[in-house]
Amino acid sequence: MGVKVIIPTPLRAYAGKQESVEVQGATVGEALTALTAKFGGLKKHLYTDDGRLRSFVNVYVNDEDIRFLQKDKTGVRDGDTISIIPSIAGGASERFSRLGHREYFDGIED
Amino acid sequence: MNTMRLKLSEKLAEKMRAHGVETYPYECCGALLGRDGEGGESPREVSELLPLPNRRDDSRRTRFELMPDDVRLAEKEARGKSVELLGWYHSHPDAPARPSEYDREHAWPWYSYVIISVQKGEPGETTSWRLQDDRTGYDAEAIEISG
Repeated sequence: MGVKVIIPTPLRAYAGKQESVEVQGATVGEALTALTAKFGGLKKHLYTDDGRLRSFVNVYVNDEDIRFLQKDKTGVRDGDTISIIPSIAGGASERFSRLGHREYFDGIED
Repeated sequence: MNTMRLKLSEKLAEKMRAHGVETYPYECCGALLGRDGEGGESPREVSELLPLPNRRDDSRRTRFELMPDDVRLAEKEARGKSVELLGWYHSHPDAPARPSEYDREHAWPWYSYVIISVQKGEPGETTSWRLQDDRTGYDAEAIEISG
């Protein structure tokens, strides 16, 4: 028995369509590293390019938010459950081009 | 070839537009519940909406946010109705119905993201998008209005 990681719906396609995955690790950081080592496609959606957990990725150990524990150093034991729960965010652009037009992802300006 | 399609009724499309008008000039947001298509062959079908409060304290004219508890609530609603949480909708007040860089940076894959443009309080274009696997952009999802 290891640590169970609950995979949120939007990421299941990158985890073999599984709702949960069992990994080994003594901390949240180790468990998530093991998870992304097993399923490389998850990494980009969980972590920024400089290796930090994305701000809209919320991680809980047995229903406690790791931000209020020891973050990625939060200890986990066999039988614990790590849940990954999304925050959802977005909004219209405030990024402006040199000419002062609002920019969107496809380069179209407005 | 892009075969992604999102089906919803005119009634639901109108409900989303009305939500965007109600909250104008601030962004509205909510969940899309329904059934996923099988392997991209059939459209995703939205069967209902769950309007939710925009949790931002600031910048609600250009930003929306939903917290984990909102996501849990949406998932619980979906389970209760034996459907799935397919994605999210939000409005762009006085801005085009196209994903911004901010949208892209914060998006999750798999979910459908519907955007409603509300120009000067009037609902306009409604589009749907799905984040690409490499996060560099979106695939447009064709909206099919029925009934």
